[in-house]
Amino acid sequence: MKHHDIMPAGQVGRSVPRLEGRQKVTGRAAYTHNLVLPGMLHAKVFRSTIPHGRILSIDTSAAAAVEGVHRVVTGEDLRAIVAEPYFGPAFHDQPALALDKVRHIGEPVAVVLAEDPYIAAEAARLIVATYEELDAVFDEVEAMTSSAIVHDVLKPAGTFPDLKHLVGKRDTNIALDYQLRRGDVDAAFASADHVYEHEFKSQQVMHTPLEPMVSLAAPDGDGLLIHTASQSPSFVRIEIARLLGWPENRVRVKVPYLGGGFGAKLYIKLEALVAILALMVKRPVKLSLTMEEQFFTITKHACTFRIKSAVSSEGRVTGRRCEVYWNGGAYADIGPRVTQKSGFTAPGPYDIENVSIDSYALYTNRPPAGALRGFGIPQLVWAYESHSDMIARDLGLDPVEFRRKNILREGRPHATGTLMHDAEIEGVLEKIAERMNWSAPFDRGEGHIKRGRGIAIAFKASISPTTSVAIVTIAADGCASLAISTVDMGQASDTAMAQILAEVLGLATEDIKVIHPDTDVTPYDMATLGSRSTFHMGHAVRLAGEHARRQLDELAVSLGYAPGAAYAPRDLFKKKYGMQAGNIVGVGSYIPDYTSPAPKTGLSDNITPFWMIGGTGVEIEIDTQTGAIKVLKLINAADLGLPLNPKIVETQLSGAALMQYGFTLFENMLFDEGQLTNGSLADYKIPGLNDIPPVIENHIVDARQTTGPFGAKGVGESATFGVSPAIANAIHDAVGVRLTELPLTPESIFNALRAAKSQAGKA
Amino acid sequence: MFDPRPIKLTVNGKTIEATVEPRVHLADFLRKQLALTGTHLGCEHGVCGACTVLVNGATARACLMLAVQADGCAVETIESVASADGTLHPIQAALSRHHGLQCGYCTPGVVMTLLELQRESAGSALPEDKIRTALSGNLCRCTGYQGMVDAALEILG
Repeated sequence: MKHHDIMPAGQVGRSVPRLEGRQKVTGRAAYTHNLVLPGMLHAKVFRSTIPHGRILSIDTSAAAAVEGVHRVVTGEDLRAIVAEPYFGPAFHDQPALALDKVRHIGEPVAVVLAEDPYIAAEAARLIVATYEELDAVFDEVEAMTSSAIVHDVLKPAGTFPDLKHLVGKRDTNIALDYQLRRGDVDAAFASADHVYEHEFKSQQVMHTPLEPMVSLAAPDGDGLLIHTASQSPSFVRIEIARLLGWPENRVRVKVPYLGGGFGAKLYIKLEALVAILALMVKRPVKLSLTMEEQFFTITKHACTFRIKSAVSSEGRVTGRRCEVYWNGGAYADIGPRVTQKSGFTAPGPYDIENVSIDSYALYTNRPPAGALRGFGIPQLVWAYESHSDMIARDLGLDPVEFRRKNILREGRPHATGTLMHDAEIEGVLEKIAERMNWSAPFDRGEGHIKRGRGIAIAFKASISPTTSVAIVTIAADGCASLAISTVDMGQASDTAMAQILAEVLGLATEDIKVIHPDTDVTPYDMATLGSRSTFHMGHAVRLAGEHARRQLDELAVSLGYAPGAAYAPRDLFKKKYGMQAGNIVGVGSYIPDYTSPAPKTGLSDNITPFWMIGGTGVEIEIDTQTGAIKVLKLINAADLGLPLNPKIVETQLSGAALMQYGFTLFENMLFDEGQLTNGSLADYKIPGLNDIPPVIENHIVDARQTTGPFGAKGVGESATFGVSPAIANAIHDAVGVRLTELPLTPESIFNALRAAKSQAGKA
Repeated sequence: MFDPRPIKLTVNGKTIEATVEPRVHLADFLRKQLALTGTHLGCEHGVCGACTVLVNGATARACLMLAVQADGCAVETIESVASADGTLHPIQAALSRHHGLQCGYCTPGVVMTLLELQRESAGSALPEDKIRTALSGNLCRCTGYQGMVDAALEILG
């Protein structure tokens, strides 16, 4: 379908440059990082130096004696304001400052408040804490059976029904055990021609938004005003109100632009601490993390995935068992959601009759893990798409052909039982094969430089059920403002939402004012996460625009215009009120249909409002003398429905792919007995221009989300999915070694080559 | 503990006389004492490039330089790049047009790097590899760099 068939106003579907481009290229865009309030105190956190232990003493006297220090606060001090200062989206397990125990190195233990941030930092170094050290557990598989227990008792938040059975459970590190059972997987293995079983590991990494996390709270009348670099202002308001026992309307949360988010700034992070501190000292308190401190605050789950498949001699997968262990670190954050929401896609975008999934969220004594661009999907795809290639190669099948035999097609049931619709798995696979020129002969290099190529495809279900609300205000001169709590952290939601509203109202996108999240003004939105905004908030904005439009039409008729006759909105207000006065307010609220998975089987006939499909193809070169790897070409393709703004979609695809590219080739949080040893950008490298492939292509596959606003759906994560296995598959293609642990460094390639050589020598 | 020292420098063409503690780095001085918040702080290790400014015409990491070291220098920040009437510099306009930014946090540093490159090139076309090398010191976590390179090539290539 062409754009103009469904988008007569031409606002949706054009590559409008982002509305705030001018502010950003002139350095004038607002970030919480820049905010200063009169009388503001700066907070600096003192952190745990041991991975697990009971707090015996905290000596703050030397810090408190430093000239310019306003106050030093410990966890016990917080209880004067909030008796149980524990927060979290899934479990109320995380204290604003450590109480009784510390559970990871880098955990906040005390905080210094001073007018000068340099003084606060200097004083924080003078705090001394003593601990009774406890046994610690760092590995997710060991955590299943370890005698080191991170939390004595589980404290689910009560928000999610599938966590209720965990209330009060003791002596376990398993924060959630999710399972899915479909068909008879044991029978499938018993009757299979071939059975393949592999284990894959992915490492702990960090989002690295360039604007480190920052929150500022200020007393505001009998309430609290929180300025925060957050992806979820509505959740922050609800959670702070819960902690304080207040109604929501006493907590006001404002969010300007974010200097990157990627899942790091979700739910609640620094807000609980600054809120309590501001109430305690009755002054504004700002906490700005350093880049190093971000590594202690939130990360991406390390993961172990055991995957076993039953395969017929023709190459059809008939059964699959998945065991996934998620290393959630010391606090659950949103890990249990990752475990469930990602867990049910663990068998991959394939049509498999018999499936068994066990997915475990585990506490360990590492820094907490949460949502990171893909919400667990890249860890799963890393395993199942490496596994796909290993099966195909063993059977002597072409990897693309093997996938063609097995992919889920339109109308077929997914593992949960939900029938697939609007999911161009085939389209993504074929686009990559076409752009890779897959069926043509391939130059395999010569001498010690070997060349190879690999592909991977994947899918993700949108998180559900979630709600978005939008308010449109038409002023008496006919201009429109859009109040939404969607956070523009770089993905250009302001621009995309303005395009949708402009399309509905027949205005120019550039003339729409988007009001940034301010919970006193902008209505509820679940959060800016999981590529959900385009679909959910997009619908809410569309509905709000239609609501306003309807009222304008009715006003026109009431003023004597013929039904359907053209009018200028400003003339209607003038006629109605006798001057430039009045407003029309349109409201839109959206929640998609959804069926919760059945408790024992995990089955559901409507598991998600939409599927995101992404795939990757790469060509690489390896120097067999050194293990050095060069990615020569990176092809990204995704089904994102119809693009609202093609250029912005392309930057989302390339940005997502290159983030995962860093996670694939070099990014790795290195630990020594729980101590992070490379917690700075000097030691933890993220991709720069010299690190990336010379050729990058981003393809929007021809598709339409029939249930989406103007045919669109989410895109922010899709290009992350396939990068890691595509590169591992290409390495195997080039030099015949299979790597099963991320990252894929020259060292690991070299070691694998050497091991293969010594193996061949023995044979 | 740290006696403030007087410094005199020009910032965006304006003469500034101030006293600063020796431990205050140039970025904090610009952001806090002069309220020039377009110079952003990312890693504070000199790696990410978000705080890039020009000192005597050459790019410098404002997080790695102390304000007292800028005594007697001419400092240029992102706030000086567009014309007084608001007209964007061609580099700024190209970045916006080519979608060479997303969250915008690294963008001021990118602009300052390209500005130095443009002055060095003195109007002669630069090869893509030179542009890429110059920009390799500015980390961007959002875009994947393609729009940034396209914008730079349009103006400098």
